Amino acid sequence: MNGYLDMDLLRFTTAGSVDDGKSTLIGRLMYDTKSIFEDQLEAIERSSEKRGDETVNLALLTDGLKAEREQGITIDVAYRYFATPKRKFIIADTPGHIQYTRNMVTGASTANLAIILIDARNGIIEQTSRHTFIASMLGIKHIVVCVNKMDLVDFSEEVFNNIKTKYQEFSSTLNLPDIRFIPISALKGDNVVDASKNMDWYKGQTLLQTLETVQIVSDFNFEDARFPVQRVIRPQSAQYPDFRGFAGRVEGGVFRPGDSITVLPSGLTTKISKIYNADVELEEAYSPMSVCITLENNIDISRGDMLVKSDNLPKVDQEIELMVCWMNDKKMNPTGKYLLRHTTNEAKCVVKNVAYKMNINTLEKIVDNFEVEKNDIVKITLKSAKPLFFDAYKKNRGTGSVILVDEFSNETVGAGMIV
Amino acid sequence: MSYNLNHLEQLESEAIFIFREAVEQFENPVILFSGGKDSITLVHLAYKAFFPAKIPFPLLHIDTGHNFPETLVFRDELAKRYNVKLDIGYVQDSIDRGTAVEEKGLNPSRNTLQSITLLEKLEEGKYDAAFGGGRRDEEKARAKERFFSHRDEFGQWDPKNQRPELWNLFNGKKAPGESFRVFPISNWTEMDVWQYIKKENIALPSIYFAHDRSIVNRGGVLLAESPYNTLLPGEKYEQMHIRYRTLGCMTITGAIFSDADDLDKVIEEVAAARSTERGNRADDKRSEAAMEDRKKQGYF
Repeated sequence: MNGYLDMDLLRFTTAGSVDDGKSTLIGRLMYDTKSIFEDQLEAIERSSEKRGDETVNLALLTDGLKAEREQGITIDVAYRYFATPKRKFIIADTPGHIQYTRNMVTGASTANLAIILIDARNGIIEQTSRHTFIASMLGIKHIVVCVNKMDLVDFSEEVFNNIKTKYQEFSSTLNLPDIRFIPISALKGDNVVDASKNMDWYKGQTLLQTLETVQIVSDFNFEDARFPVQRVIRPQSAQYPDFRGFAGRVEGGVFRPGDSITVLPSGLTTKISKIYNADVELEEAYSPMSVCITLENNIDISRGDMLVKSDNLPKVDQEIELMVCWMNDKKMNPTGKYLLRHTTNEAKCVVKNVAYKMNINTLEKIVDNFEVEKNDIVKITLKSAKPLFFDAYKKNRGTGSVILVDEFSNETVGAGMIV
Repeated sequence: MSYNLNHLEQLESEAIFIFREAVEQFENPVILFSGGKDSITLVHLAYKAFFPAKIPFPLLHIDTGHNFPETLVFRDELAKRYNVKLDIGYVQDSIDRGTAVEEKGLNPSRNTLQSITLLEKLEEGKYDAAFGGGRRDEEKARAKERFFSHRDEFGQWDPKNQRPELWNLFNGKKAPGESFRVFPISNWTEMDVWQYIKKENIALPSIYFAHDRSIVNRGGVLLAESPYNTLLPGEKYEQMHIRYRTLGCMTITGAIFSDADDLDKVIEEVAAARSTERGNRADDKRSEAAMEDRKKQGYF
């Protein structure tokens, strides 16, 4: 019982191209960890039969919508859950074909780890580098390269080593501190949950062991204290007549009562009086805790302001450079106005410059004659109507990310990472 | 240095963040309160999100008229305890008005009619965002649901055209007449909810724990005796020792045989369960896409 209460949480995303066994792998992980229930299994058995599939199609487990089951495709990011006594896992399962970039960017934005699947028969293909680039751009620290379908290459160590060497070569220029390689067969279960009996030469961890033990605590930023104010809490009740607390989520660093803080954009300074989680007083607050902070002085603070430690200020500017993934059918207007959401802040902004578009298959920059369409990744400069307080995305995901909203359709059209 | 949050602390923090974000982004939110453990957990999370201020929005309960009596008593007590306003929409009112039509047949379910009353109440109360206790692990159509889920002016969900959600940046922009459903515990599993209930010592209606009840076994679904249920030829009610894993109308919510009469035993039972909690819901079994179809029409 206590074991269950003490699990930690790993969010990961899975990337793979069509037919490299991603759905089978997820099905295998969930099946072998007993996370699939009998009624779910019966339901997909019935559906498999109806569709005329020869074996139980584990992919049906992950395809939630009618159109997906009918067409045998995955439309959108789907979230899956399983747990072992050590950890709870959240999988952002993204489709491998159409609109891949946009969906993988979405899935990767909250992930600690990415599984990249490679078909052992095909080795590294264009999509492998695309997936790896997106994972690196989204700041995922841990990559697990699963070389799948090892059963179809006679469990050959040589095949595995060749892929490993090639992957290390091409990924060396990307900012990926932790890459691991595991030879697996998702279909047969080798090295997914249980160690393979067919690959004595592989002495490393199975995929599940890796997922259970990879260290993720240090991936959060505990250096740069940032607290975007989400809401001002003023009960104005008989019991709390003068209470004025600032509610929000810590987006970096550690805050303690007594810390000297600066309020942005006003630049006023004061000290933290108390930190609360509901009625419990805390000694410290760190990412990703949602807390309520009270201050020693009564300063005018509202939503969108940011509390930071006075000895470590973020950048403050109205112009930001960022890498943007375009998410919408409507093309980006290269001089257009958009609404920008950054932390709890919202501002009108205008595109000042579009520097280049990435060819994410070759990693070359396209500088001439291009338009920004759905799934494109571009480097742009935005000018905002008011100053923003931010860090580079590389340093802090929470204060370095933005979304762009179309003012007319209200849709989320772009996802940006501040350079 | 150990700045580590366990999974329940992270899920709590995420849910609180969503509550605060929605209250800032919407004019007039409401919690859709079903009476079940998930919506009870929601109310607790909302309480924590705004403490020491009151929960800044009301609860809305859609009363099908086919409720377990225990859940109504519990609902009224809960509203008092958290000092929160309770708004109730009656399916019977919709039927009387002629906007909803009772199903024909022996055991009419008012489950689909709930959506009609819900949409009427949302319009009447001018609620532009409704919090729900839906979880993505519950059902396959829910696995693709967003935290901030956009609804058109008819309250309908378009699963193929959802806004992408990245990081913790949520987009609640909408045109007049449109609304949102907000799901703060999207990332929780049934187990997480039970563990959190234990950790936070949250009170639950008694029918979640094992008790004796008069039950008819209809094709494997254990239905409670109630005025809304008619026995088929050859059926009879028997006393059984059961509890409920989910709560819905008495006409469709199946019980499970159980000896779990306290939280620890329930958690043990959930850990060992081999079927999903909605496995006992006759409403989900009507077709493969039953939930998706109902969601498109405005169901939670």
